[in-house]
Amino acid sequence: LAPWVPVVGLEIHAQISSNSKLFSGSQVQFAAPPNSLVSFFDASLPGTLPVLNRRCVEAAVMTGLALNCSINKKSLFDRKHYFYADLPAGYQITQQRVPIAVNGSLSYSLCIDNKMSQMVTKTVRIKQIQLEQDSGKSLHDDARSQTLVDLNRAGVGLMEVVMEPDLCCGEEAAAAVRELQLILQTLGSSQAVMAEGQLRVDANVSVHHPGEPYGVRTEVKNINSIRFLAKAVDYEIQRQIEELENGGTVLNETRAFDSKLGCTIPMRDKEGKQDYRFMPEPNLPPLILYDSKSLPANMNHQQVINIDWIHERLPDLPSVKREKLVEQYGILPEHSFTLLNEDGLAEFFESVVKQTQMKPKKVIGWILKDLLSYLKQHSLTVKESPVSSFLLADLLNLLEKKEISSTAAKQVLVELWKGEGKTPLEIVKEQKLELLQDQKELEQICQTVIDGQENEVIMMVLG
Amino acid sequence: AALTDRLRSQVSAALKEGRVAPTELCQRCLALIKSTKFLNAYITVAEETALKQAEESEERYKRGQPLGILDGIPIAVKDNFNTAGIETTCASNMLKGYISPYNATVVQKLLDQGAVLLGKTNLDEFAMGSGSTDGVFGPVRNPWSYSKQYKEKCVPKSHSEDEDSDWVITGGSSGGSAAAVSSFTCFAALGSDTGGSTRNPAAHCGVVGLKPTYGLISRHGLIPLVNSMDVPGILTRCVDDAAVLLGSLAGHDPKDSTTIQDDFKPFELPNLTDISKLSIGIPKEYNAPGLSSEILALWSKAANLFKNAGAKVVEVSLPHTRYSIVCYHVLCTAEVASNMARFDGLEYGHRSDTKDSTESMYAATRREGFNDVVRGRILSGNYFLLKQNYEKYFVKAQKVRRLIANDFVKVFRSGVDILLTPTTLSDAAPYTEFIQEDNRTRSAQDDILTQAANMAGLPAINIPTALSERGLPVGLQFIGRSFQEKQLLTVAKWFEKQVQFPVIQLEEVKRHDSGVFQHQKSASFS
Repeated sequence: LAPWVPVVGLEIHAQISSNSKLFSGSQVQFAAPPNSLVSFFDASLPGTLPVLNRRCVEAAVMTGLALNCSINKKSLFDRKHYFYADLPAGYQITQQRVPIAVNGSLSYSLCIDNKMSQMVTKTVRIKQIQLEQDSGKSLHDDARSQTLVDLNRAGVGLMEVVMEPDLCCGEEAAAAVRELQLILQTLGSSQAVMAEGQLRVDANVSVHHPGEPYGVRTEVKNINSIRFLAKAVDYEIQRQIEELENGGTVLNETRAFDSKLGCTIPMRDKEGKQDYRFMPEPNLPPLILYDSKSLPANMNHQQVINIDWIHERLPDLPSVKREKLVEQYGILPEHSFTLLNEDGLAEFFESVVKQTQMKPKKVIGWILKDLLSYLKQHSLTVKESPVSSFLLADLLNLLEKKEISSTAAKQVLVELWKGEGKTPLEIVKEQKLELLQDQKELEQICQTVIDGQENEVIMMVLG
Repeated sequence: AALTDRLRSQVSAALKEGRVAPTELCQRCLALIKSTKFLNAYITVAEETALKQAEESEERYKRGQPLGILDGIPIAVKDNFNTAGIETTCASNMLKGYISPYNATVVQKLLDQGAVLLGKTNLDEFAMGSGSTDGVFGPVRNPWSYSKQYKEKCVPKSHSEDEDSDWVITGGSSGGSAAAVSSFTCFAALGSDTGGSTRNPAAHCGVVGLKPTYGLISRHGLIPLVNSMDVPGILTRCVDDAAVLLGSLAGHDPKDSTTIQDDFKPFELPNLTDISKLSIGIPKEYNAPGLSSEILALWSKAANLFKNAGAKVVEVSLPHTRYSIVCYHVLCTAEVASNMARFDGLEYGHRSDTKDSTESMYAATRREGFNDVVRGRILSGNYFLLKQNYEKYFVKAQKVRRLIANDFVKVFRSGVDILLTPTTLSDAAPYTEFIQEDNRTRSAQDDILTQAANMAGLPAINIPTALSERGLPVGLQFIGRSFQEKQLLTVAKWFEKQVQFPVIQLEEVKRHDSGVFQHQKSASFS
């Protein structure tokens, strides 16, 4: 059987972290009472006009720069028309002709064969980043034959990140999205929490034989977590392969991922292919961005965005942070990945290192094995940890000074998890876990034990 | 003070000097609106709020603290501008009963300066039309239909026929506003102008109609027809008053990203005496097919007037004029299709009772809410925006638009200051004749002389010039350079003084206005 080459391209919508919406002054807030964050413009009241939110543009520029894109100094806004209950104006304002950023790349790492020790770096090309409006939410109440519409989300700023189809499987897709998520969170341009709908991923999947043209692709939507992304992509690849090997065809359709069944199903028919009748948005002039060279001398600073100024102020991206951690603390690259993967863990680690004499290379073990596994077991975030960095550092200091054994340290840790407010030293004293250094004392204890177990000793001596 | 007074030069002064009170002025206007109800110029008369505003104005005058020239002045606003608390219908079933929660920026500015909002005027549905005949509240009648001047010239068809059937249209789509100003029920009115919708009815109703430069006055709150061409229009009795309104409305609005950022300085118009440095351009393509010989002669006479007074008058060419109708049609319908997409019955406005599905609700709502004209334009527009048609229609039309705009650039660069053209092809048609042709045909014909200024974003103004043989107003149009309203209005004012257009003689106004007989003969008040 000829091998199959899967092709996966992702379209990611990241909600911009801003106080107000992309084109209006209403607030951006998750889980507010329905229709409580809707301005006249959001409700598409006739005669209202869009006014571009500066913070959203800055977020897009930051993201574009972080993804090595060229920032278009002139970009345009367009209307994309379709009728749907959650789209009050009957069109979405987006950037179809000339988006704000193009031609970038995202590097991410994969473990080979699930071994953290063997990581390989891969790159996926970023086709473009465009600014666009989010839609509202509609809930279908079939029981009462009605649709409930909540426009709180309508008009919230989105950055759509379009990736070239360079990915080949669920694992790559998951790793790439995870890295993008970390980048967005580091920049602060999006909180990128998938569970809150701040990061939405659609996957375009197709398969073909090497040397042949690309196959028909399907679009997979309704993916609510990175784990499900990997599952959905892999399932779809398999489904298409099976379909084709059985002599069937792949339809160019949109499918939804059903997380319970673990499969993709065709979505409700949206009347075949839509013609969105794109048209320039006449109420928004072209978006002009400047850099230090092109910035006119007497411009009102309130009215301009300087790309270079933003570039200079970009924080360290995750990849740079990881390198620094490895260099500074002598930890392994895969350790740095785990540290950055958990929100707050890297900071926790660094905090402990500061407060203890134990070498970072040893501290990392306690962080990644003991602390992290406990947090995972109890579904806690680092912030929710009952054991603070101070307490852990305190404990590790006892270990480092050889006042307790490592077995004892683990016991103390178990006590600390209870969060009863006791210090490591108090627990050690309570449970008499001190390491005895006095030779004579040790001999006495051994003698007492032997004395108390005469029969067992004789059995042992006799073999 | 009389209802026939000019705003700046007469009634404003009368208010300031206490010769007339704002409440009295308001009441007289409201009474005249009632007696001229047959004109159907108003859709909504906001009697209570107007009187309240007049009272507040009166208080300010008593304290000696009027807000400005517009304080206490009754004005009317076309019903496609949002007015908080007062119905805004766009003369459509889609928005019947719609009470907007906000004021359009231009409305807010007028109110902030103490103007008294009498009501919302009638129009073609959603401003689509050139007759003000296609709204759901019925057609607007041109006040000149009832003027002594028209009745004298009018040959009745037969004695048994209803006197009423000879009435002529106002032109459109801001016919209600033009009729309101023309019949003296208000001292100024707001219209809108997308392809001539302020200048056309101004010409037919014998009033001044100003289309400002695109980007000068905020469109926030003006329910759009074509976003890239719409402007709020100003209708007044004289050019000086238009300058007053312009001064109170122009300027950057952060809520409208298409307004320019530059500071706008309101100006008073000088009285030109020497026009020898002026260069007037006469675009030959505006001798358009269908132009009545009467208007052609008047245009010629006007050109000579300038020449004889020492100005340089040259023939110029705007070669792409003849493409403007189709170009306008493509771009207008495309934007209409887009702008009307929001009317789905979900958030506001008419909603059909159909409960089968969201789609069927949308379809029924839009069928019930829009008239044929609107639906026709939506269908055309969507056709032009289809992926396979976009390049050859929409993009092509944009390119042609650029050529049309460049025609003007070239002409103005060659040393011409102002262009002089006719505003309409003929005087106002009788209603019965007008409705023989459909809206699209009419719009295509009537807009030819006014459209190009919208395509190029240029300021243009209609000045009532003379009465036709039928006793109806004929106006001429001046087109100026971008943002050079001062120059445009200065020249227009000079011309206005020369032609001394007669005051309409309306029976109803005579009854309401004590002082009208004295003003009958002369129209020059400055």
